Amino acid sequence: MAAIIEIKDLVKDYRLGEVPVHVLKGISFDIERGDFVSIMGPSGSGKSTLMNILGCLDKPTSGSYKLDGISVGNLNRDQLAEIRNKKIGFVFQLFNLLARTSAAENVELPLMYTDTPARERHERAMKALLAVGLAGQEFHQPSQLSGGQQQRVAIARALVNDPRIILADEPTGALDSRTSIEIMAIFQRLNREEGITMIVVTHDPDVASYSNRNIHFKDGKLQRDERIAQPREARKDLEQLPAAQPEEELASV
Amino acid sequence: MNKLIASMKIALRALKVNRTRSALTMLGIIIGVAAVIAMVGVGAGATTRIQQQIQSIGSNLIIVLPGSISSNGVRLGSGGVSSLTEDDAKAIAAECPSVAAVAPTVRGGVQVVFGNSNWATTAQGVTPEYMTIRDSTMMSGEFFTAQDVDAAAKSAVLGETVAQNLFGGSDPTGQVVIIKNVPFTVAGVLTPKGQSPSGQDQDDVILIPISTAKQKVLGGNRANAKAVGTLMVQAIGPQAMDQALQEMTALLRERHRILPGLEDDFTIRNLTEVFAAQETSAQVMSILLGAIASVSLIVGGIGIMNIMLVSVTERTREIGLRQAVGAKTRDILSQFLVEAVTLSLLGGIVGILVGLTASLLISHFAQWSTEVSPLSVLMAFVFSALVGVFFGYYPARKAAFLDPIEALRYE
Repeated sequence: MAAIIEIKDLVKDYRLGEVPVHVLKGISFDIERGDFVSIMGPSGSGKSTLMNILGCLDKPTSGSYKLDGISVGNLNRDQLAEIRNKKIGFVFQLFNLLARTSAAENVELPLMYTDTPARERHERAMKALLAVGLAGQEFHQPSQLSGGQQQRVAIARALVNDPRIILADEPTGALDSRTSIEIMAIFQRLNREEGITMIVVTHDPDVASYSNRNIHFKDGKLQRDERIAQPREARKDLEQLPAAQPEEELASV
Repeated sequence: MNKLIASMKIALRALKVNRTRSALTMLGIIIGVAAVIAMVGVGAGATTRIQQQIQSIGSNLIIVLPGSISSNGVRLGSGGVSSLTEDDAKAIAAECPSVAAVAPTVRGGVQVVFGNSNWATTAQGVTPEYMTIRDSTMMSGEFFTAQDVDAAAKSAVLGETVAQNLFGGSDPTGQVVIIKNVPFTVAGVLTPKGQSPSGQDQDDVILIPISTAKQKVLGGNRANAKAVGTLMVQAIGPQAMDQALQEMTALLRERHRILPGLEDDFTIRNLTEVFAAQETSAQVMSILLGAIASVSLIVGGIGIMNIMLVSVTERTREIGLRQAVGAKTRDILSQFLVEAVTLSLLGGIVGILVGLTASLLISHFAQWSTEVSPLSVLMAFVFSALVGVFFGYYPARKAAFLDPIEALRYE
C-alpha cells in the first residue's frame, strides 16, 4: 500500500507576543492508504496542531506534508479549501452542524461548494444518511436528534463527497460510552468496506483500541508509534452490551 | 443566475432566523428610500407646477412698460406716464426681425354687470395678436377680429372667473353685459389658465377691443390719443430673446428721440427669464430635498453594516465549518454580500411602496402636487442595492478572511 500521508521534519511555531512557541518539533511519519490510525497525547502535546495541518486548515512552519501525492505546503487559501473539499472529511467533537437546517441539508453542505447540480446533491446526501443509518430522519433538524444521531449526520456530511481520508477530532468526546462504540463501529465499517483512511484523535484509550495503529504524542514530539495486532471489534462489543434502544440503533450499524 | 437565486434563498433563511432584527435593519433602508421617493416627488411636482405657470403666461414673452421719466428732478415710477403708443407697437412689429408679434394693451379696473349680479374685475383692451402672444385659446365662442378692433365693436371675451361669477354655470356667449354703462355682447369665454407664476388669477379678466376700451370704457389719453399701457411682445424663439430686447431698445430710443447718455423712458422685461429663476430655485429645492433624504439612506446602510458585523461574529463557527468543508474565500464573501444586498433590496422594495403611498398622501392632504417618475423609483431601487453592496462588503470580507481554525474553535 502506498502512503496517503507523508510527513517529514514537520515543525510548527506560534508566535505569542515576542516569544515563539514550538508546538511541533520535527515530526516524521507516513500513514498508509486504508489504515485506521488513532492519535493520542495529553493536552498541549501538539496533536490538535498536527490535526489542523493534516486537515489542510493550517500550514507547517517548515518540513513537508504530502497528501495523496500533493505537496500541501505551497498551496494558497483557496487551493487548500479545494483539497479539504475533495479529499478530506471532518468529524468534530461538537458535531458542528448548522442549526435550523435539516439533516439532509447539513449533509449537502460540502457539495454546495462544488458544481454538483441540486438534484444530485440531494440524492448523494440521502445515500450518505442511509449509510450511517439515519434513513427516515433526513428532514429532522439537529435539535430534534440525539447526540449520537447528530454525530452520524456529521459523519454522513464527511462522507458525502467521497473523501480519501476522514479526520475525526475527539468524535466521541461528547457522547456516552454506548453511542461512542456505535460511532466507532461506523468508522470501522467505512474503513474496511469503503477503504477510507481513518485518523482519529482521542483522549480515550478505549476508542484508540478500535484502530489498527496508535501514535502517541508528547511535548510536540512523536513518543510512541505502535501497530495494534488485534484491534477490538466495535460491532461485537455492541452485541455484548445490554440493549438500550436495540432495534433501531443496532440495525443501522 | 440559478446560483444567485439559490444564495438569495439561503440568505432569506438566515434573515428569517432573526426576524425582528432583520426587520429593524430594513426599516433604516425603508425610511431612506421612502424619503428619497417622496421628497423627490414633492420637488418634481413643484417644478412641474412652476413650469406650467410659466407656460401659461405665454412663450418667449417680453413686456414693454411705459418708463420711468424724470421731469425736473421728480422721478416717476414705471408706468407713470404713457410714453408708448400704438405706432410704437406697429414699428416694433415691422422693424425688429427678432420679434414675432406685438400686442398693445390698456387696462383698468371695472365693474361688470349682468342682470342683477355684478363683479369687479380688470378690463383689458387688446388686439387679436394678444391671443397668440399669450398662448390663449377660447373655451367657447369666438375671439373678436381685427375688423372689430378697427370698428371699436362692443364685443367682450370673458375670463373663466368672470363668467362663473356673472353667469354661474350657463353659457354667456351672446348675452349682454354692462361695463361702465356701456353694453357689450359676450363673444366667448377664454380657456382657463389658472394662477400666474406671481400668484395672480389669470382668469379674472375681460378682454375688449383696445379701440373700444380707450374711447368708451377706460378713457383715452387726452394728450396722446394713440398712447397705450403696455406692449406685449413675442420673440421668434427662446434664443432670440436678448436680440429682440436689443432691437426694441434701439428702436424705441430712436423713436422717442432719447439722446445717448439719457435714461430710457420705457422698461423692457423678459418675463420668461424672471420666472425661469423661480423654476431653477424649485429645482435646487428638489435636489436639496433629495440630498437630505439620501442621508437617511446612508444611515440605513450603516445599520446594515452594523448588523452584518454582529451576524458575522455570531456565526463564526458556521463560517469555520463552511471553510473546513471547502468554502473558498469567494463563497463566504458572496454569501454575506448576498445577505446584505437581500436586506437592502427588500428594504428598497418596501421603501418604494411606502414612498409612493407617502407622496399620494402628501398630494391628497397637503394639496401639493407630487410627481414620482419611474426613473426616480428605478434610481431608488438601484441605489438601495448599491447601499447593500457598499455597506455589506466590509463585514463579508471580514467573514471570508477568518482563520478557519480560530473560527471552528470560536465559542
